[in-house]
Amino acid sequence: MKIKYCDALVIGGGLAGLRAAVAAAQKGLSTTVLSLVPVKRSHSAAAQGGMQASLGNAKMSEGDNEDVHFTDTVKGSDWGCDQEVARMFVTTAPKAIRELASWGVPWTRIKRGNHEAVINTKRTTIFEDNDKHGLINSRDFGGTKKWRTCYTSDATGHTMLFAVANESLRLNVNIEDRKEAIALIHHENRCYGAIVRDLITGEIAAYVSKGTLIATGGYGRIYEITTNAVICEGIGTAIALETGIAKLGNMEAVQFHPTPLFPSGILLTEGCRGDGGVLRDKDGHRFMPDYEPEKKDLASRDVVSRRMMEHMRKGKGVESPYGTHLWLDISILGREHIEKNLRDVQEICEYFAGIDPADEGRKGWAPVHPMQHYSMGGIRTKPTGESPTLKGLFSAGEAACWDMHGFNRLGGNSVSETVVAGMIVGNYFADFCIENQIDIKTEIIEKFVFEKEAYMKELVSKDTGEDVFRIKNRMKRIMQEYVGIFRDGEGLEKAVSELEQLYVKSKNVAVKNKQLSANPELEEAYRVPMMLKVALCVAKGALDRTESRGAHTREDYPKRDDANWLKRTLTSWKEGDLMPTVEYEPLDIMKMEIPPGFRGYGAKGNLIENPQSAIRQQEVDEIREKMESEGKDRYEIQEALMPFELQSEYKRVNIRLGDK
Amino acid sequence: MARELTIKVLRYDPQQKSNGSVKAYFQEYKIKEADSMTIYLALTQIRETLDAGLSFDFVCRAGICGSCAMMINGRPKLACRTLTKDLPNEIILLPLPTFNLIKDLSVNTGVWMDAMSKRVESWIHSSKEIDIANIEEPVEPEVADAVFELDRCIECGCCVAGCGTKLIKEDFVGAVGLNRVARFECDPHDERTIDDYYELVGDDNGIFGCMTLLGCEDTCPKHLPLQNKIAYMRRKLATVKGS
Repeated sequence: MKIKYCDALVIGGGLAGLRAAVAAAQKGLSTTVLSLVPVKRSHSAAAQGGMQASLGNAKMSEGDNEDVHFTDTVKGSDWGCDQEVARMFVTTAPKAIRELASWGVPWTRIKRGNHEAVINTKRTTIFEDNDKHGLINSRDFGGTKKWRTCYTSDATGHTMLFAVANESLRLNVNIEDRKEAIALIHHENRCYGAIVRDLITGEIAAYVSKGTLIATGGYGRIYEITTNAVICEGIGTAIALETGIAKLGNMEAVQFHPTPLFPSGILLTEGCRGDGGVLRDKDGHRFMPDYEPEKKDLASRDVVSRRMMEHMRKGKGVESPYGTHLWLDISILGREHIEKNLRDVQEICEYFAGIDPADEGRKGWAPVHPMQHYSMGGIRTKPTGESPTLKGLFSAGEAACWDMHGFNRLGGNSVSETVVAGMIVGNYFADFCIENQIDIKTEIIEKFVFEKEAYMKELVSKDTGEDVFRIKNRMKRIMQEYVGIFRDGEGLEKAVSELEQLYVKSKNVAVKNKQLSANPELEEAYRVPMMLKVALCVAKGALDRTESRGAHTREDYPKRDDANWLKRTLTSWKEGDLMPTVEYEPLDIMKMEIPPGFRGYGAKGNLIENPQSAIRQQEVDEIREKMESEGKDRYEIQEALMPFELQSEYKRVNIRLGDK
Repeated sequence: MARELTIKVLRYDPQQKSNGSVKAYFQEYKIKEADSMTIYLALTQIRETLDAGLSFDFVCRAGICGSCAMMINGRPKLACRTLTKDLPNEIILLPLPTFNLIKDLSVNTGVWMDAMSKRVESWIHSSKEIDIANIEEPVEPEVADAVFELDRCIECGCCVAGCGTKLIKEDFVGAVGLNRVARFECDPHDERTIDDYYELVGDDNGIFGCMTLLGCEDTCPKHLPLQNKIAYMRRKLATVKGS
């Protein structure tokens, strides 16, 4: 039996995992990263449009700062987020982007003088002052007051991922790819690493560590149609769930992106609309201003996705052999802009839809339809990134419910979260690894290894049983049909009961290929039951939450219900159960810097108010007024309204152009 | 009428090497072509309905991550975005050459690429202390764009698989490695000099090994200007150390 020891174990080699590994390696810890695939192939590479950080450099970003970014993020989350975490995030994001610049990310830079942009379908000239020349540029994105999304053309995730992966190599982080964590080693509510299967040789080994961090991304692949990479199956989330001790937060909060290419599900970045692209219906009519006169095509993602579905329900969609869709028109941006700033989008359209989106008029329109895109839910953590219930287990990035996104994430905030959480959580994680020792008996580790070895042998030994692909595809279909953009009690009940039956079936799978080494079918056989548990957490959470908030839309409960539902869903899984245990964690309005209110987009008055909101709002107004009259600055006022912890290095004031 | 496609895949499982009877062979699969079918969709269908044990790699399935490069009718390509309608009825799939074979169409590019990255020290070399709370250093927009142009490489391995030199010289760093050197050479954050790069790639396994067969540029799915950049770096490095 093989046991490998390290100080810091990171499961998942995308941006969050690698940045956290850098944090650990910088503190001199022996650090191992496990990844299903070569780390530079991680789903982070697919982030196109950009990363939000309030640098405030460009003309259209002037006046941006942490406060504005914070307000956008809280509103975007539909007040479902943890405001202290959102504060930690917006304070660190500018530092993250500047650090990445020094690591070589070739951010698109500002050029002095006039340049043209398309704003609300009109060509507009923007003038950039001399002193901005060469600083990091930013583009517009949905749900943001300022142009805040920094980018490298439309390959932002790729350039970031390569920079952080190279930094990990420089620091001699031990990166092991084609290794899958299939269980967590834990004893008496403390995590000690993971049981790991080598995807080439099939060998099962124990990776024992002082601390363990899960950064395995989202669980989009439990849906039939998703923008997610094929590796985004939520297994990292599932192994945390399977401890029975760690809990998942807000699993029902699933984001649908408005503009994946139809029918393939390949993402066309929000940068398309950020740069001035518009949605059109079968008549070529730009319909978003009819629904959202203020934010139009750039309302937040949940809102735009719903409006598109609504519009198609009115018969305004385009019929095709694959079903109904709408059009995304970026041709109005002009060929030059597309070939520079949206070249991957152009390439994707050419390869997968056979069109050139730079062609003028209808010829260049791309067929789009909202699809699953992002998992706001994940492993519930404290602001430090550690599980509140399983000591020594940390989580960062999309895998985590650190909770700065609440029930809807703003575009550009996730790729930003990956590195920012990698910095903040990575540091807390590293400190934990320094302060704690491995004090677990070898026999306990062995028990975990033997159990998994026996499980793999059992899986390949059965000659008759269920076909794992059929179960998986059925699960995806159910999620698509009943746990999608619009949800109701009847559909969700169906989903939950059928998923439960599928889960039972999934324990009786027969694998045709009997090898223990490199065997894709065996991988499915042990992953699918885990995916079904994750799917059940999503469906059950959605069924029980009788309100609409952010991306969670109940047609039978259309109002956001702050009176009853201003709380975070927690799901856990007891061994042997067929259903998750659901409980709730309240959000304290009286501690919020911004008490719940109207988001500024979406339907007005669609809200059951909590009486505490008005009380807190009055409190906030009074504090603000008093401190402003005393001449206090915005940092002091913020501190008085909602103090938050953050490493001193990251809490420092961000300097911007024009600051004294 | 939808075509019937014959997809021939080279099957070999080195994991079963100890079992002496295991040999490489071609397996034929027949499937019905669907509208806008890609090799990704075809292989996924084969695995789910005809042969659950067939190994291949896809991650993003959108031409962004570089996982799925394989030999498609004799040329290295990204399988995820190769449409079957652009191919004849018979499609022959082989694993990418020069990389270690894992099984069937799956090759171990990660280990090779990480070693290449370490070999050319593929990170910013800087002596500056950066204060990340302060305003970033300005960079000329054109220079940032030029760096980005070369930073777009996705390490898919097509250039390595298409390279005659690499087939002869096992230790050749490949266009991917030379491109990386060119990328850092034009990045203003990197303080390395031409002498430093000479130390890394100034030999026959580096910049002077390239025979200019153009296989890299011909097969690069991101259309990177590989040959221009190799020629540019070679001219620069040739000026170092006349002795």
